Amino acid sequence: MNKIILIIKREYVSRVRKKSFIVLTILGPVLMASLMLTPLLMDSSDSELRTVWLCDESGLFEDKFNNTEAIRTKVFTESVEQVKLLFNESDAFTLVHIPDTIKISISDLENKINVYAHKPISYANKRLISRNVESVIESIKLKNEGLTRETINKTRASVSLNTIILGNSGTEKSGSTENAMGLSMAGGFLIYIFIFLYGAMVMRGVMEEKTSRIVEIIISSVKPFQLMMGKIIGVALVGFTQFALWILLTFVLSSLATSYLMNPAELNPTELIDGAELILQEGANEQNVLASILTELQSINLSFLLLMFLFYFVGGYLMYGSLFAAVGAAVDSETDTQQFMIPITIPLIFSFIALQTILENPDSSLAFWCSIIPFTSPIVMMGRLPFDPPMWEIALSMVLLIIGFIFTSWIAGRIYRVGILMYGQKVSYKTLWKWIKQS
Amino acid sequence: MKVLEIQSVSKSYSNHLALDDVSLAVPEGKIFGLLGPNGAGKTSLIRIINQITMPDKGQVLFKGQKLNSEHISQIGYLPEERGLYKKMKVGEQALYLAQLKGLTEKEAKIALRKWFERFEITPWWNKKVEELSKGMAQKIQFITTVLHQPKLLIFDEPFSGFDPINASIIKDEILRLKNQGTSIIFSTHRMESVEELCDHIALIDQSKKILDGQLNEIREQYKQQIYQIDFASTELSFLNTLPEHLKLIKSSNNQAEIQIVDQSTASELIRFLLDQSDLKGFEEKIPTVNEIFIRTVKENLS
Repeated sequence: MNKIILIIKREYVSRVRKKSFIVLTILGPVLMASLMLTPLLMDSSDSELRTVWLCDESGLFEDKFNNTEAIRTKVFTESVEQVKLLFNESDAFTLVHIPDTIKISISDLENKINVYAHKPISYANKRLISRNVESVIESIKLKNEGLTRETINKTRASVSLNTIILGNSGTEKSGSTENAMGLSMAGGFLIYIFIFLYGAMVMRGVMEEKTSRIVEIIISSVKPFQLMMGKIIGVALVGFTQFALWILLTFVLSSLATSYLMNPAELNPTELIDGAELILQEGANEQNVLASILTELQSINLSFLLLMFLFYFVGGYLMYGSLFAAVGAAVDSETDTQQFMIPITIPLIFSFIALQTILENPDSSLAFWCSIIPFTSPIVMMGRLPFDPPMWEIALSMVLLIIGFIFTSWIAGRIYRVGILMYGQKVSYKTLWKWIKQS
Repeated sequence: MKVLEIQSVSKSYSNHLALDDVSLAVPEGKIFGLLGPNGAGKTSLIRIINQITMPDKGQVLFKGQKLNSEHISQIGYLPEERGLYKKMKVGEQALYLAQLKGLTEKEAKIALRKWFERFEITPWWNKKVEELSKGMAQKIQFITTVLHQPKLLIFDEPFSGFDPINASIIKDEILRLKNQGTSIIFSTHRMESVEELCDHIALIDQSKKILDGQLNEIREQYKQQIYQIDFASTELSFLNTLPEHLKLIKSSNNQAEIQIVDQSTASELIRFLLDQSDLKGFEEKIPTVNEIFIRTVKENLS
């Protein structure tokens, strides 16, 4: 027991001290933050003023084209040919040509509008122009039918459903599927990422020991199984540390970013007051939203969900971790790992894909079996939990996961024990089977 | 007193028999040479002694007790295929390996400091292993093998990767350990170092033990009545017409090797030779371990 702690300690310390760990830990949240910020920045960079020339032969569009912050329109009444020549010499953004409606009907107009530009224009800009044209044509059509925009707006309906789940004993609780789905997707996704990221780390660690030939020295002091479990646990602790640091850093970074973006010193006094009110209002709104999410989350029983998450997180990792270790022990180089990785990655990827369909139908038989079978249950059961599956299913799934973990680590232990001392052998599934049978 | 007794041990892997009913006894405080061609089963036997694998049949006794996990701390093993964690610092790594053998951190530090000073490598402590040369890394491995003062040491090709100077340092250390009472199993293909170091040898070939005993006795036993003779003159034409019971092995200048093929004695050979020429030297040729190795393995093959 003492020795396994020594191994865990070495695995942990040597990894946490690595430059790549530190870089990845810092870079992770920065990458996440930049992923979220880039669209915002892109948006603002696209906001330079553009001139749109409008050659309106129909006379219907004059004044009706919206001048936005980004777009300024300039109307021409000359013939298209003339305007085109002018446009060629100008630096205007686009030229929109609307043909005369005397020659064609208003419905035909929809397909007869040309946009000229110096270079290809983006989808967003195209959308902007077509929306403007559409709204003008729509109001003309409405007028022809004898309707006004107000009537249309008045007749619009917007429904939001309140789901209330009736318990067996007649209790009622409001259930929000959106939040539940979001939570369980996040949980399943975290487990999926964790298994892949740190399972691969276990595999590489085993391969390093094998190729550097230190393994024979170590297993003359400890049992191969101790070495394997020590590594798996050590790497898991590395993973927990990294995740914790990521969450912490993301929190710090995002709060820093928001405080920088909303720097009150940059606002002038009057704006400051308005701004403060605005922020207060927004804050109040956010609080309301947050409160409602929280009450909805309480209906899912947050602490139970968290406990279950931890169980499936650790259970799934341990089960797959030992298989990754076995693969590392069976091969001599990273390139040989592919053939053995397939049976490990397929159930993982499958369960992640299944998770999305299961969220739409959490009581289907696919959902049932996937949440019972230990190879898929860590990810899939996470997805089902918010939909209150029967207690016995949860219990069965948990027991089977524990059995599955014992089974895979037994198999992996047997492959590992023989594999780490085998060099230069082409290993197939047949040889693996021989190793498992070997006493 | 035997430090290790191997009693009719057999071990088979999925596709072949690695050890077939092998029995050996390693005497205490001696150097025991474990010899054999490649793939004979030496490494399998060594792994069983280190409890890396278990024998299918038979048992191993350590100081009369059935081998168990408590003996791990009393055995030191330097495998032939050896390495260290490349990214780990020398000192930390040595400490780690020593602790795995059961030393406390404090004990390990004291012992390591002594060894590092002895080999004059104290400045390496904070270097990463990948910064060291192969020979330097081998030195570290030697230290980690002997650090916990095991009662039994197993060296598999301990001199590989060392230059002659460092090899002789390691050789002296092995002899010093022997003088301190450590029993040593020494496996190698370098027969001259077997002659130099071993008190006792065993030869394994094709999964079986084919030779076992004290080195000088075995060499005595393998004598073939070959004598090396130095003559006073280079005129040795009489060697071409030797009587039937004498066989010329080789001759050059004023030297010759002659084998007696019947029961006649060395004195009779001397008398015969004196009739032909003057002698400057006469010596019985004792076979080298190399010759014994090649002979027995070839005989075993046929």
